[in-house]
Amino acid sequence: MKLFPNVSLGAFGIDPWWVTLIKVLAVFVILVLMTLLAIWAERRIVARMQMRIGPNRVGPFGILQGLMDGVKLALKEDVIPFTVDRAVYILAPIISATTAFMTFAVIPFGPEVSFFGVITPLQLTDFPVSVLYVLAIASVGIYGIVLAGWSSGSTYALLGGLRSSAQMVSYEIAMGLSFVAVFLYAGSMSTSQIVAAQERTWYILLLLPSFLIYVISMVGETNRAPFDLPEAEGELVGGFHTEYSSLKFALFFLAEYINMVTVSALATTLFLGGWRAPFPISLIPGVNEGWVPLIWFFSKIAVFLFVFIWIRGTLPRFRYDQFMNLGWKILIPTSLAWITIVAITRGLRNSLDLPTGQTVALLGVPLIAVALTLFIRDWRKANAEEALEENQILVTEIDPFAGGHPIPPLPGQVLVEQTSSRQGITNG
Amino acid sequence: MFQNLMPLVESANAVSFEPVVFWITGSLSVLGAVGMLVSKKAVHSALWVALTMINLAILYVLQSAPFLGVTQVVVYTGAVMMLFLFVLMIVGVDASDSLIETIKGQRMLAIFAGLILVVSLVLLLSNSFYVQTNGLETADLEYGGNIQGIAALLFSKYVLIFELTSALLITAAVGAMVLAHKERAVPRKTQAQMAKELFSSGNYKGPLPSPGVYARHNSVDTPALLPDGSVSQISIPGPIIARGAAKTINQKDIDEVQSISEGRGIIDKEVEDQ
Repeated sequence: MKLFPNVSLGAFGIDPWWVTLIKVLAVFVILVLMTLLAIWAERRIVARMQMRIGPNRVGPFGILQGLMDGVKLALKEDVIPFTVDRAVYILAPIISATTAFMTFAVIPFGPEVSFFGVITPLQLTDFPVSVLYVLAIASVGIYGIVLAGWSSGSTYALLGGLRSSAQMVSYEIAMGLSFVAVFLYAGSMSTSQIVAAQERTWYILLLLPSFLIYVISMVGETNRAPFDLPEAEGELVGGFHTEYSSLKFALFFLAEYINMVTVSALATTLFLGGWRAPFPISLIPGVNEGWVPLIWFFSKIAVFLFVFIWIRGTLPRFRYDQFMNLGWKILIPTSLAWITIVAITRGLRNSLDLPTGQTVALLGVPLIAVALTLFIRDWRKANAEEALEENQILVTEIDPFAGGHPIPPLPGQVLVEQTSSRQGITNG
Repeated sequence: MFQNLMPLVESANAVSFEPVVFWITGSLSVLGAVGMLVSKKAVHSALWVALTMINLAILYVLQSAPFLGVTQVVVYTGAVMMLFLFVLMIVGVDASDSLIETIKGQRMLAIFAGLILVVSLVLLLSNSFYVQTNGLETADLEYGGNIQGIAALLFSKYVLIFELTSALLITAAVGAMVLAHKERAVPRKTQAQMAKELFSSGNYKGPLPSPGVYARHNSVDTPALLPDGSVSQISIPGPIIARGAAKTINQKDIDEVQSISEGRGIIDKEVEDQ
């Protein structure tokens, strides 16, 4: 019986029904357990970061606190406000939670293993476009939040829903663009093939800019601090879930944590070699076979989850316009430029048969020169504007009818009538 | 390595489920279409369309076109319908569409256009009975897979049309932006500028110091002492000053505050009493 570490796509969709059933159940149970652990870990770690102790009463180290809170949440009174759109209001949390679970179907947990005599990959399913499937499900998941915001019939919730739809659509573009470089290098859009393509080098080393863009956009996509604008407590009470209580709120809660695990798992799969052991350990024979890779996979997810919590404990929330500027003016253009570089590099290597080192030198030097010039120009411009701003305290008043025709004021000028009428209003 | 890319649905297991999946997703997509027509609220209509789109996507995947199916969800359900919802949501929960015809003859035109669509669809579908097709599997084999095939056609044979379409879409987006853009006569104030203006007017905008702080009392009529021992006038509410009810401060309190702020610690109470 030989186990193949590299799984081909033909290995999927041929499992007996009971193996599929076990895999489905395993994915479900793992996600729920990860949620409970993540909630506990978040509360403990954030507590440490804030010089507190955190929950430590229920179970060893308070580890069962999440379970208790879940039970409490489920037993709370379920309040449905009078003004809601009932059907959509109930549908929204269901969409959120279902889509959160669905994404995990294409995440590879490990290589092929023997499953009571059946040889099967440690992955529920895979198909040629499974990374795009993740994007697709994520975009359906947004409906949950947006509909929750709309159907609640409350202004806070509506604003949260609007913010979330704008935010997630914008950050999904950056996220999708960060995948492109991975696709170009792996030559495939299926998760198992991407893991297989990272046998020698992880893509975090080859495609560091893509990784950074993905990590930033994944925090935006999961509505976590510092990008938690849809539920910003200080501004919108609870944002999209203001009007939700009891189990329906619990579903949103669950979805948020599952999404955190999912995006972490996707980052692991795309950039950190998936279930493969990290470098020095990978030299030991047998660490990438059988059930052992589960250790590497879950450790990598745990690292990402810790970073999520760490970011939450460290950074204040973004202002909405700053957040949108970051997405549209920095992440997306950077992504596009980076994809162009990667595509040209790949193209040159494929057609001219240039070694990577030469290609990088050929492309990189002029590109860095251009980037530096642009950066210096922008920096100077910003400096000049700042200096102008400092000097531009005096506002001159002009008479718009001085030349016989009305003229609009130039920057830094104020109309005479305008100021006087304003004063009139404030005095009156 | 990628020669053996086989769509999930080609496996023997899934094919036997094909009719079952077809009848479920097919009826759901028809339900979505009908629901879209009969819904009173615009948002409900949009949701029914989303249902139809997702079910069509499942059908595409079932027909060995996984890329088309997934792209359908990403682009249409995820982006286009989301933008629709974005606009519709601003209308609010209670708003329903008015059913009054605003353009004259709109209904007749719609029925006419619908008939044209029905005729062309029937002609197109009936064509499939007479034309011998090679099937998707043969087409996929040529390039080694469904996605590879789509990529090869999109970036060689149809590259010009593809680029033109995207140019058209960009033009539409830029056009919308130009129409909505308003030239500001005076540049918008940044937050830093506004903060500067707010505080340069001479008013103190921060929170007022609480009364009773750095004093032995914790009541509103006791003024706060600043670290240098001086009395903070803004710490007592205006009405109390007007009534003349503000307490005066003992010299020893002032000394104590000074002592604390200079790092000499609290003055020993017993020494003080002597």
